[in-house]
Amino acid sequence: MSAAFASSRTNGSEVVKELAFFAVIALLMSVMLLGVETVDRPTGLELAVRWDLVLIAIGATVIGRLGLIFRRENISRLGQAVLITLSAVAVFEMFVRFRELDDRWVSPVFLDMVFSSVVSTIVGIAFVAIIFATAYFTMKDKTSADVEESAKLSSKIQLAYRSNTKKIGLIGIIFFIIFPFIFGEDRSAIDLATLVMIYIMLGWGLNIVVGLAGLLDLGYVAFYAVGAYSYALLSQNFDLSFWLCLPLAGIFAASFGIILGFPVLRLRGDYLAIVTLGFGEIIRVVLINWYDLTGGPDGISSIERPSFFGLADFSRRVPEGTIGFNELFGMEYSSMHRLIFLYYLILVLALVTNFVTLRLRKLPIGRAWEALREDEIACRSLGINPTNTKLSAFAIGAMFGGFAGAFFATRQGFISPESFTFLESAVILAIVVLGGMGSQIGVVLAAIVMIGFPEMFRELAEYRMLIFGAGIVAIMLWRPRGLLSFRDPTILLNMSQKEKVAGEIK
Amino acid sequence: MSMLKIEGVHTFYGNIEALKGIDMEVNEGEIVTLIGANGAGKTTLLMTCCGSPQASKGRILFEGQDISRMPMHEICQLGIQQSPEGRRIFPRMSVYENLQMGAITQDPKYFNSDIEMVFDLFPRLKERINQRAGTMSGGEQQMLAIGRALMGRPRLLLLDEPSLGLAPLIVKQIFETVEKINREKKMTVFLVEQNAFHALKLAHRGYVMVNGNITLSGTGAELLANPEVRAAYLEGGH
Repeated sequence: MSAAFASSRTNGSEVVKELAFFAVIALLMSVMLLGVETVDRPTGLELAVRWDLVLIAIGATVIGRLGLIFRRENISRLGQAVLITLSAVAVFEMFVRFRELDDRWVSPVFLDMVFSSVVSTIVGIAFVAIIFATAYFTMKDKTSADVEESAKLSSKIQLAYRSNTKKIGLIGIIFFIIFPFIFGEDRSAIDLATLVMIYIMLGWGLNIVVGLAGLLDLGYVAFYAVGAYSYALLSQNFDLSFWLCLPLAGIFAASFGIILGFPVLRLRGDYLAIVTLGFGEIIRVVLINWYDLTGGPDGISSIERPSFFGLADFSRRVPEGTIGFNELFGMEYSSMHRLIFLYYLILVLALVTNFVTLRLRKLPIGRAWEALREDEIACRSLGINPTNTKLSAFAIGAMFGGFAGAFFATRQGFISPESFTFLESAVILAIVVLGGMGSQIGVVLAAIVMIGFPEMFRELAEYRMLIFGAGIVAIMLWRPRGLLSFRDPTILLNMSQKEKVAGEIK
Repeated sequence: MSMLKIEGVHTFYGNIEALKGIDMEVNEGEIVTLIGANGAGKTTLLMTCCGSPQASKGRILFEGQDISRMPMHEICQLGIQQSPEGRRIFPRMSVYENLQMGAITQDPKYFNSDIEMVFDLFPRLKERINQRAGTMSGGEQQMLAIGRALMGRPRLLLLDEPSLGLAPLIVKQIFETVEKINREKKMTVFLVEQNAFHALKLAHRGYVMVNGNITLSGTGAELLANPEVRAAYLEGGH
């Protein structure tokens, strides 16, 4: 082994140094996260120390690092694969032990699990085999040809994605439409899908402002709040139905967009971001302090649920004079009906947002937004009024935020200023940025990653946020401009078809 | 008849007086060039005509209408289009979309014939129609910038250093096209250039700018023959 090291760039002592460095890092990171734990005992809270976890974490790090060194120096493919597999098994072991909360020192839990039944043996062997095979076969010597190959592959994937955007979009839409039929009885699945869909809609709305027009808006949640409170207040004070309030909420939010936009849109970049951030906070603080109108921190509760387009009601005990949704369609009463209806409602709202955005992108106004993002002076020299163009982007983005807010209010039945903190703005902005500015499908992916995954892995308790953070770091490392970060021309011309297509637009 | 008339224009950047009382005019159907060294104020004058920055003293008349207090986008809608310094095309948009942007304030009914006209002048743009503008060569980008300005159906075309950073052969091509636009479309052109030799050869009339003042004016041929101009801008080069 030492001969192998000596022949390459790295010699033995440097490798030991490197491994020690990573061991120390692993120790520092794991000792607080894994090593110490508060346990609820009858005598009170006690600190439990889990040195086994710390040791495994350090071991996994060192072994994994050694594997990577082998890979870097092109030593023994078999060795590389064995080390990586060992490291993966150790990480797995660590997680299992962590979840089980029992501190055995001797036998690895992994082995116990694997040999507990035939099925788990097969699964365990398959797990090891897959990691081993992946490690073994991906570790060819990386020559320049290989690098080129992988670049070619990624550009091929990109091309495949780009030429099939419509198909992918259609498949996505169909998936979301049949989603309730697959998970019809699973209440949490529908709830989660609805939540993700709200964020997809908010992401699409903000995408108009940030992705297309290039205006960094850190206070988008203000429009969401305006929409939610407009619906809640209109429905409580004037007894208006959801269907009437929905457009009103959009109009209110859009007017707030214009009110905010007028003074601030002469600002650019960082300055605009700060002012919008302030605006978002102003709205929240007003909501907290205007007790007579908004109920302050108590919020507004028992907000009216939407009816089935005014025809039927979803509650078990139907009020006088209306009929129940189940009676209308001659079905058994089920509390799921309302949830599924709400899911479809937000799906339709989100699709409308998407459709409008896609249409606008092809119209002069949408083109002007994109041009404004690229070069404001050039835009002005072409006769585009930058103020009006930006205002329209702000207002339309705000309008969709308002729709989403009204939906949020009617779904929750309760709203308070706590739902509209800066964190929400940041999450929505992160969805847009992670998805790739201006990419509609990217927003969907990012919303699933940002909202769906943390909810799905709720069992991991607070560690899910750690994993979530790591995931974001990973995305920013590998796809620094977002998951799907390329802009396609809204129109591509074949020379033969040119006349025809040119006639259609503008 | 003078199409663009600049009367005693002063322009400031903060406290710095960039233009110190400029008088000049551009007549209909002419190519007028403004030459001068770096920092003389050529681009400032051109941008002042477009309303950004605005002149703090003096008047700018376009077809008899005072435009010196109008915002940039309104001036451009009157029929003044420019190919700005550094071209400023939209790099992430395709060539076709860039040309669409140029026509954004115009009636769509002209679009098809206008784009044909641009493609006739610059066949290279037609070849690159779906390409991202930012990935094209400098010369092609300059063609696109001029083409985009033409899509706005201008009566006065302002060109700010179209030769900037281009190979001599491409410069020649661009200047020939400018001449063709002037001759065939009867387009009035106001050309700001450092490349004095080419510009003066092309132009009907020329002005020389030094430190925010117009120091010399005359026909292109006169200025080319003028010993001062030769000494300052032509000797040693070309």
